[in-house]
Amino acid sequence: MTQKLVVIGAGMASGRALEELFALSPDAWEVTLFGAEPRGNYNRLMLSPVLAGEKTYEEIVTHDDAWYRDNRVTCRFGEKVTGIDRARKVVISEGGETPYDKLIVATGSQPFIIPVPGKDLPGVITFRDLDDVNRMRAAAAKPGAKAVVIGGGLLGLEAAAGLQVQGMEVTVLHLMPHLMERQLDPAAAYLLQKELEGRGIRVMCKADTGEIMGETQVEGVRLKDGTEIPADIVVMAVGIRPDTALAKEAGLAVGRGIHVDDQMVTSDEDILAVGECVEHDGNVYGLVAPLYEMGKVLAKTLMGEAAAYKGSVMSTKLKVTGVDLFSAGDFAEGEDRDEIVFRDPSRGVYKRLVLREDRIIGAVMYGETADGNWYFGLLKDKADVSEMRDTLVFGAAFQGGARLDPMAAVAALPDDAEICGCNGVCKGQIVSAITEKGLTGLDAVKAHTKASSSCGTCSGLVEQILQMTLGGDYQAQTVKPMCPCTELTHMDVRRLIKSQQLKSIPAVMQELGWKTSCGCASCRPALNYYLLCDWPGEYEDDYQSRFINERVHSNIQKDGTFSVVPRMWGGITNPAELRAIADAAEKYNVPTVKVTGGQRIDLLGVKKDDLPKIWKDLNAAGLVSGQAYAKGLRTVKTCVGTDHCRFGTQDSVGLGIELEKKLWGSWTPHKVKMAVTGCPRNCAEATCKDLGVVCVDSGFEVHIGGAAGLHVKATELLCKLTSEEAVVEHCAAAIQLYREEAQYLHRMYKWIDAVGLDHVKARVVEDAESRRALADRFYYAQRFMQQDPWSERASEGVHAHEFAPLAEIA
Amino acid sequence: MTEWVDIGALEDIPVRGARKLKTPIGCVGVFRTAANEVFALVDRCPHKGGPLSEGIVHGRAVTCPLHNWVIALDTGLAQGADEGSVPTVPVKLAAGRVLVDRGAVSLAQAAE
Ligand SMILES: Cc1cc2nc3c(=O)[nH]c(=O)nc-3n(C[C@H](O)[C@H](O)[C@H](O)COP(=O)(O)OP(=O)(O)OC[C@H]3O[C@@H](n4cnc5c(N)ncnc54)[C@H](O)[C@@H]3O)c2cc1C
Ligand code: FES
Repeated sequence: MTQKLVVIGAGMASGRALEELFALSPDAWEVTLFGAEPRGNYNRLMLSPVLAGEKTYEEIVTHDDAWYRDNRVTCRFGEKVTGIDRARKVVISEGGETPYDKLIVATGSQPFIIPVPGKDLPGVITFRDLDDVNRMRAAAAKPGAKAVVIGGGLLGLEAAAGLQVQGMEVTVLHLMPHLMERQLDPAAAYLLQKELEGRGIRVMCKADTGEIMGETQVEGVRLKDGTEIPADIVVMAVGIRPDTALAKEAGLAVGRGIHVDDQMVTSDEDILAVGECVEHDGNVYGLVAPLYEMGKVLAKTLMGEAAAYKGSVMSTKLKVTGVDLFSAGDFAEGEDRDEIVFRDPSRGVYKRLVLREDRIIGAVMYGETADGNWYFGLLKDKADVSEMRDTLVFGAAFQGGARLDPMAAVAALPDDAEICGCNGVCKGQIVSAITEKGLTGLDAVKAHTKASSSCGTCSGLVEQILQMTLGGDYQAQTVKPMCPCTELTHMDVRRLIKSQQLKSIPAVMQELGWKTSCGCASCRPALNYYLLCDWPGEYEDDYQSRFINERVHSNIQKDGTFSVVPRMWGGITNPAELRAIADAAEKYNVPTVKVTGGQRIDLLGVKKDDLPKIWKDLNAAGLVSGQAYAKGLRTVKTCVGTDHCRFGTQDSVGLGIELEKKLWGSWTPHKVKMAVTGCPRNCAEATCKDLGVVCVDSGFEVHIGGAAGLHVKATELLCKLTSEEAVVEHCAAAIQLYREEAQYLHRMYKWIDAVGLDHVKARVVEDAESRRALADRFYYAQRFMQQDPWSERASEGVHAHEFAPLAEIA
Repeated sequence: MTEWVDIGALEDIPVRGARKLKTPIGCVGVFRTAANEVFALVDRCPHKGGPLSEGIVHGRAVTCPLHNWVIALDTGLAQGADEGSVPTVPVKLAAGRVLVDRGAVSLAQAAE
């Protein structure tokens, strides 16, 4: 018989607990999951890399819709639970009452907000969930924006580093004399502070916040000593508090957190609790490793199996790219303690071990942390280290011999050495997964063992284990190959296509030693693009290596229908075109007609068989494909300019149409969006486009490298020009340089991140000859690429097979 | 007894490509590899139902156009760490013609 299990909080602790539960018994419970956030479970630790732009939200989702569906979890996301009626065994939320047989409380923590004047001003942001990250990223998109981060702990420093990468001017205010005082000793904190300052982050210790200034919006922070620091946002990262409000109101026993016993049961035997909201044996936790251990015990308790949680000892790593830092245990000085310290100032390495009665009780490492887990293992096992005391500080590889090679440290680790602290995965488990399942890469190890799937700081170690286990067969992924078919990177392949004069996909695969017979869905479209770009007029497009959208010239929708978007040059249309669009929409029963952000009209939900017919009708009215699916020029947005606008300085519409007509057609590594705006008020939003033209009294500013998708990025100024012809030539040259140099599927801004704006300026702005040559190459390619894909297919029968079934069996 | 139905010429399917076959049990994707082998699979990705016949064909596999699951053409099994499978439909080549097993795509049979 299934019983009703209700879970409050769709966070990391409940996510793992449910995984453990379903692994024990997939259908003993009928689960309803409430989450206050409007989304399912994601890896909260990875919000720091999302903030820094190193990962996207999609990459950190841990449980997607399919997972919830497959496990028949009823999801109530975006719905906060407001009460628990223990007598009637129901939880109360916006949607009414939900009965339970057993209830899990997993409400996590609340960020702590210091009670100073101004704390409620818009612009004061905490760092806890995806919405916070989106708010910070939006603020960082403003050029020259300033952030103050209050709190120099783990969270605050990750926020500061992320915001700095996003281009903000960042100041960290820390109350204590040194950073991360709970995890680091002063010496390691000094090295850390020096590193952060070297990146341009200002660090102020012993800084006591008195007030957040501002009338309607944050304007700065005033310290108690009177110092003022201007700021557009203030990030509060001073600590967290278990979120116990609900439990307290329901009358459960609550101290700092919700009291649970070793079986994770609260003072009510039908209510369990797990995660950061819990207090166990006097301890509350703020890292994931203990929560995962609790999750295991909770699942067993629910299944009536014996299990006990005995508390956790924790280690800490800072997830700031380029900073190696490890700390575990207790490292305060004291009478009964010895310490061993190692320093190498030239390399910025510092290690300190704290011993009591020949056992390690604390370890702090900066700059070189490979042995962190080894020390942590000795600490947890309370191992007697008197035998190896002399060489202890040199690490595991040094015990019983000289250090042979970088791999020796990992090779020397015993099988039960913990490698992934988050998921409690040890070396032996990883090695046996590699050998038994034939794993060959980091992603596979992640998928099978969960090692390095949470905070990811252990991925280097996992790679070393791969290398050690597989020997010469494994190549560490410090450079990322294009795909599993080759060891070469995108840029290597591009280089070799040119230098070896490789002019077909089979030639590339043969000469460059592809490991598969005909590639995969990731390298084939990339190669097709590179060849098409490098050998215009010579290379014949390999149709079967295009994505479906590029084969049928429409965007595939999730239900397998397609969308049709005609071009509206510069966003201008007329009654005849609108009439033709309306007629087509009616004739083909188009369910949704939508005005797009690119100033044109999208017909959504067209059946594949109808595509050639609807194109033919639209062609007849003079409309051509808007290539809304293309990796090529999509739209040129305009505002009305001097034609109608009293602020307009130039003919922005005319220039937009001219640009769109000249530049559409040729494929690019990723989509290209443009805009021309008639004055600096920027109604056409030109400064978040790949290329944006801002008209000013004296002429035109060309901006480059903006984006407003998953990443929001403002453009940078490329040059100022005085004539429309010059604008067109500069844009054509910039697009060509991007076509020739960028990696497939990199937007313009990513390419500029890689090559630098100065390089683009040198080739496109400063060197007139280079600019002309680029533009010439672009127009040459356009001779082959400016063909309306609709008319070829609608009237000339090109690729007819694509739109009709092969046969029908009745 | 298997009843083989002629559904068209091998030439009608692009190399490293696929065509759709409409049948009583829904769409079936008929695939042709670089080595001129043919395979047929129910045209629904085990992940979220994507139309497999519209994916990119490589080796003896197809990558779903919706979320890049890779499905083996000969077994219908999802590759890599993904788990799931789609039913395969018996097909054969005879004198340049592609034939499928009618029983495998008729409703009576499928309900068994
Ligand atoms: C930026 C950042 C970086 C981090 N880095 C690390 C790290 O490197 N290593 C590490 O070990 N830990 C790290 N942590 C800590 C780690 O993320 C937490 O320990 C962990 O997420 C706690 O899990 P939880 O399930 O208890 O709480 P959460 O993951 O916070 O989940 C609780 C959920 O419950 C919801 N909720 C609360 N009340 C209700 C209600 N009444 N009704 C419905 N839903 C409700 C909340 O909205 C939330 O979604 C980091 C945290 C952050 C924010
Ligand atoms: S230690 Fe965090 S994912 Fe492995």
